[in-house]
Amino acid sequence: MDTGKQRASSSTDDSEKRFNVILAGSGLLIVLLLLAIFATLLVTALPAIRQFGVFFFIGRVWDATTETFGALPFLAGTLLTSFLALLISIPFSIAISIFLGEYFRTGAVSTFLRSAVEVLAGIPSVIYGLWGLFFLMPAVRFIEMKLGVAPHGVGILTSSLILAIMIIPFSASIGREVITLVPGDLKEAAYSLGATRFEVIRNIVIPYARSGIIAGILLALGRAIGETMAVTMLIGNSNFLPTSIFSPANTMASVIANEFAEATGVTAASLIYVALVLFLVTMVVNVIGTYVIQRISIEASREAS
Amino acid sequence: MSGIFPRALSLMVAFFALVCAAAEAPALDMELLGAGATFPQPLYSKMFDAYNQQYKVKINYQGIGSGGGINQLVKKTVDFGGTDAFMTAKELQAAGAPVLHIPTCLGAVVVTYNLPGNPKLNFTPDAVAGIFLGKITKWNDPKIASANPGVKLPDLPVSAVHRADGSGTTYIFSEYLTKVSREWKEKIGTGKSLNWPASQIGQKGNPGVAGYVKQTPGAVGYVELLYAIQNRMPYGSIKNRAGKFIEPTLKSVSAAANVRIPDDTNVSLTDTEAAAGYPISGFTWLIFYKEQNYGGKAKDRAEALAKLLLWMVGDGQRYVEPLEYAPLSKEAAAKANRLVRSITYNGTPLVK
Repeated sequence: MDTGKQRASSSTDDSEKRFNVILAGSGLLIVLLLLAIFATLLVTALPAIRQFGVFFFIGRVWDATTETFGALPFLAGTLLTSFLALLISIPFSIAISIFLGEYFRTGAVSTFLRSAVEVLAGIPSVIYGLWGLFFLMPAVRFIEMKLGVAPHGVGILTSSLILAIMIIPFSASIGREVITLVPGDLKEAAYSLGATRFEVIRNIVIPYARSGIIAGILLALGRAIGETMAVTMLIGNSNFLPTSIFSPANTMASVIANEFAEATGVTAASLIYVALVLFLVTMVVNVIGTYVIQRISIEASREAS
Repeated sequence: MSGIFPRALSLMVAFFALVCAAAEAPALDMELLGAGATFPQPLYSKMFDAYNQQYKVKINYQGIGSGGGINQLVKKTVDFGGTDAFMTAKELQAAGAPVLHIPTCLGAVVVTYNLPGNPKLNFTPDAVAGIFLGKITKWNDPKIASANPGVKLPDLPVSAVHRADGSGTTYIFSEYLTKVSREWKEKIGTGKSLNWPASQIGQKGNPGVAGYVKQTPGAVGYVELLYAIQNRMPYGSIKNRAGKFIEPTLKSVSAAANVRIPDDTNVSLTDTEAAAGYPISGFTWLIFYKEQNYGGKAKDRAEALAKLLLWMVGDGQRYVEPLEYAPLSKEAAAKANRLVRSITYNGTPLVK
């Protein structure tokens, strides 16, 4: 940069610097917000933390009248329903991703299906809950009566089913995006070697898009863990550890949503402690997920070289 | 390029200044603030609307729950609170200064069920406790059948459902069961949120419980009487202390208050002694500080509150029955009236 141009470039440098400052500020704001949320939860949950300590995580009793609280039933409920929902949704979302990413990339059918999936993602949780009450509950009750178990109609199975339907769009959209990004050269090369369509998908497309698909799945898991309204309508709200897939249970988000309005004193502090646990679970899931994605990307780049 | 950011920044600053200025603007003159129980909210909405049309005083009531109402009154963010449960000794102590309760109407909890043919059922206190403790598992159990000689009860399993959210309805229901069943008192107790027996379903709000009962053959749950009437749900008659099976109607609920009411109206009407009274009834109260000069409150604001409360237990009672709430008995209204007249501002009574 010669001195003749310095005066003209200094105003650009200044605006560049200001832009960087604003960007850095926004990033810092997000981190501060996260810390503020954590700090608020910690401070308001302090009475409960002092009373129950770490045993809160393994405590099984949740009794507001005797003020004995333990979060294990809700932790178990959240993890069970979320992972079951994920398991149910994975085949469907991968199938949708491949269908829209490989077979029907353009055209009327593709646009229609893509819009349908996006609308599914946008439907409010409460509407899913109401639909579940009027449609899923009788259906599951019918199955339970056929199997001879207590025909509640609500419980882990019902809420996992509704969660699965709710999270399919998230992993499907992201999966579809990464699958369309697979370079055509790779696929053409495989076809020229005589591979069938299925072999190309199985050996070229999926491995290439692996990290993206897993990222989508983790996003879906994150949504499932935090989901409140639809779950609280269909899980049966029983503050005990579930004994079978048909038994009613409760999740962390659901118990907070239900009991917080009327809670005071230690009860309220314990509910906030549950919120803190939920916050930590979400963070742990995200950290593990990021690590998994990184490992897979490293492996993928190692395979490619 | 360098002109954009200062302009954007100054725009943001101007916007925030505007928002802050709007927030600083004084609140509407004489808007009384209340918050609390959701059970009487439809009634209060109608009453406050009528009062506003007649006396030009605006009242803002938020249905955040009885617990919330008590909290907000003690935090002094509202002029009055609404609660389905009388404040406990601990809560009264936390309030700092004396808090008065006046009842505004009565509510009741009914046992609703879903059986083929929708028969009208009678329940003894033992039967109700047994059902919700999970001890009675089939509808043709002798404890239910003995009170219903003419009815053919099916061999359906009993599917009990309770309120998943903390609520005054649960409070009144559990208070009744604590009084009539020793086992209930030991195992579960009284409260807005309870430790219900395992594998029993909970649903959110009166609509949640009602929806579950309507859809599940053999289901039984408890809802507010008003809700059951409006949604045409079947409910059972309960045997009261006098030994009669009382059907929950507005009349029988009001009759539950035909007992001696103490001066501070702290009386529990569940398992009432009144001969014709429905046993699962309760008052809903409005709470406010006796000494109104706190937090820099103006005298005319306190006067407006006192006048409103007098109207609610007096002329305003005419709005109670058309909305299917049970009106106050004469004695209860008289006690409430006396309590409002004892509100003071700087020690002198506000209303003569």
